[in-house]
Amino acid sequence: MSDASLRLVWIYPDLLSTYGDQGNALVVERRARQRGLGVQRLDVRSDQPIPTSGDIYLIGGGEDRPQRLAAERLLRDGGLNRAVDNGAIVFSVCAGYQILGHEFVNDLGERSAGLGLLDVVSTRGEAERCVGDVLADMDENLRLPQLTGFENHQGVTHLGPSARPLARVRLGQGNGTGDGTEGAWNDTVFGTYMHGPVLARNPQIADLLIKLSLDVNALPPVDDRWYEALRQERIAAATQPV
Amino acid sequence: MAGNTEPLSARSRLAVTAGKAAAAVSRAAGRGSGSVIGGKVALRLDPDLLQRLAQHLDVVLVSATNGKTTTTRLIAEALRANGEVVSNALGANMPAGITSALAGGSSARYGVIEVDEKYLAGVARDVTPKAIALLNLSRDQLDRAAETRMLAEKWREGLSGQKAVIVANADDPLVVWAASSSPNVVWVAAGQEWKDDAWSCPACGGVMQRPGDDWFCGECGFRRPTPSWALAGEHVLDPHGSAWPIHLQLPGRANRANAATSAAVAAAFGVAPQTALERMYAVKAVAGRYDVVGYEGRELRLLLAKNPAGWLETFSLIDSPPAPVILSVNARGADGTDTSWLWDVDYGRLAGHPICVIGDRKLDLAVRLEVAGVHFEVCEDAQDAVRRCPPGRIEVIANYTAFQDLRRAVGN
Repeated sequence: MSDASLRLVWIYPDLLSTYGDQGNALVVERRARQRGLGVQRLDVRSDQPIPTSGDIYLIGGGEDRPQRLAAERLLRDGGLNRAVDNGAIVFSVCAGYQILGHEFVNDLGERSAGLGLLDVVSTRGEAERCVGDVLADMDENLRLPQLTGFENHQGVTHLGPSARPLARVRLGQGNGTGDGTEGAWNDTVFGTYMHGPVLARNPQIADLLIKLSLDVNALPPVDDRWYEALRQERIAAATQPV
Repeated sequence: MAGNTEPLSARSRLAVTAGKAAAAVSRAAGRGSGSVIGGKVALRLDPDLLQRLAQHLDVVLVSATNGKTTTTRLIAEALRANGEVVSNALGANMPAGITSALAGGSSARYGVIEVDEKYLAGVARDVTPKAIALLNLSRDQLDRAAETRMLAEKWREGLSGQKAVIVANADDPLVVWAASSSPNVVWVAAGQEWKDDAWSCPACGGVMQRPGDDWFCGECGFRRPTPSWALAGEHVLDPHGSAWPIHLQLPGRANRANAATSAAVAAAFGVAPQTALERMYAVKAVAGRYDVVGYEGRELRLLLAKNPAGWLETFSLIDSPPAPVILSVNARGADGTDTSWLWDVDYGRLAGHPICVIGDRKLDLAVRLEVAGVHFEVCEDAQDAVRRCPPGRIEVIANYTAFQDLRRAVGN
């Protein structure tokens, strides 16, 4: 980490930015700056190489064909895997989450290879599309408050032995496997089905990414009034549907 | 072409009458205009009614993510230069609402019809239009609507073999992809500020290159067609190179683009650009949109913005700071229940304006504005927000159901 500056890489906004995913980059950037950190944000289009020296990589959701194209281009590029080997933190959402696994089912109904950065395999669900607000308890090892988000996916993601569930759903579907798990993580790579965007609804996860990349245990507090008000409202709405 | 002399069958006439009766009952019960229920009743009695009603008209269809209600009004005004027009002017844009609107205009020469994006192919098959205007396609209500690119694909399939003149925006790659399956296209350079749904080539998936106003796929050669009409500042350029001034009461670049497209459509029916554009001046507000309403000693301009592309165009037309801005967002069924799209809107552009936020999802807006680093106040409701603003004009921007709430609250 040079001169207390955070290198934040947003992967393929041209393909994987369909559901306000830019919000995750904006929240990390804002909260890092509020702690006095410099932030270099790099938005990398799918015809550009992925830099390998980033600190935090964000990858978002997208439609089925762009997901297949993104996976092909990331595999060909190889930069994200090298960045993870260098110790980078990766946070992925929905289509991006599936891409980080071993494989997923693409728009042609075929199995596409993923990057293998998370020990998960995704398939296309037979049930109805999972759409709606989600409330879940985060993995207790992460010591974070409840996860709130909005899901909108057809995918089903199965976790292998080296991936831990990011959370256990109280309301909603999450990974869609019927076992109540939502998302996956290992020490440096995270995946979730949550939109919202998820880091705006759960700013403590944004802080976790910053802490992991800086290798620190705590960050100075910031004014979380509006985030907290939004969280309380969404949690109440999820638990007491009108 | 118009004024088909073959009368409606007894069954169709009965269906029209029954539909009008149902609409009247619905109106009497205080449930809106009744056009949708009326249309549903009529279509049940005569499933081919839409087709039959349209046989008697020269039909223009208008579809898009944004601007279809306004453009429908502009085209209707222009074509009235030549004859009577029937139109679903209030935006009931699915088959039942369209049927109901057409049933109300038995002596009309033209039918100018706004069509929901998802229904375009089907309606175009039923009504044998003479012209179809396609304005733009962008992300909108992704929790319940089809993917944007899939919508373009459906348009493309539905329009291939269409005999109608397609009047289409050359500046929107998704619209160009949809329209170019048709043999008879009039391209209009109508502009499109929002670009984030078309970075990936609709034909091959390659990365789109966008130098200046041009665009092309770096891989397959799919590219911007040469337009014959264009919006150039405050003028419309026609295919002969003449520039016609646009005089609208409606504000903003997007409405000038709608006027340019409307002029191209009108020309296809023999209405000269000058006549068409002069007639468009008569349109002041469209279903409450752009209306200026006096309330609590202030002047509120009511602006509807339903999705990121719409917000972007709206930001470009509001008064500069220190004009106060009230933002209202809901996430009910008709709005889409996922508010993630707020993060695709660059609220940093509101820096310098006093901002008040209201609506069911004002806390989502609060977090969005906090992260954008702009000052704002969270208010109880429209009255509270207006009272916190100084006297003078206030720009009020709301999404779909929030806009309806607002009109009720301020007595519009």
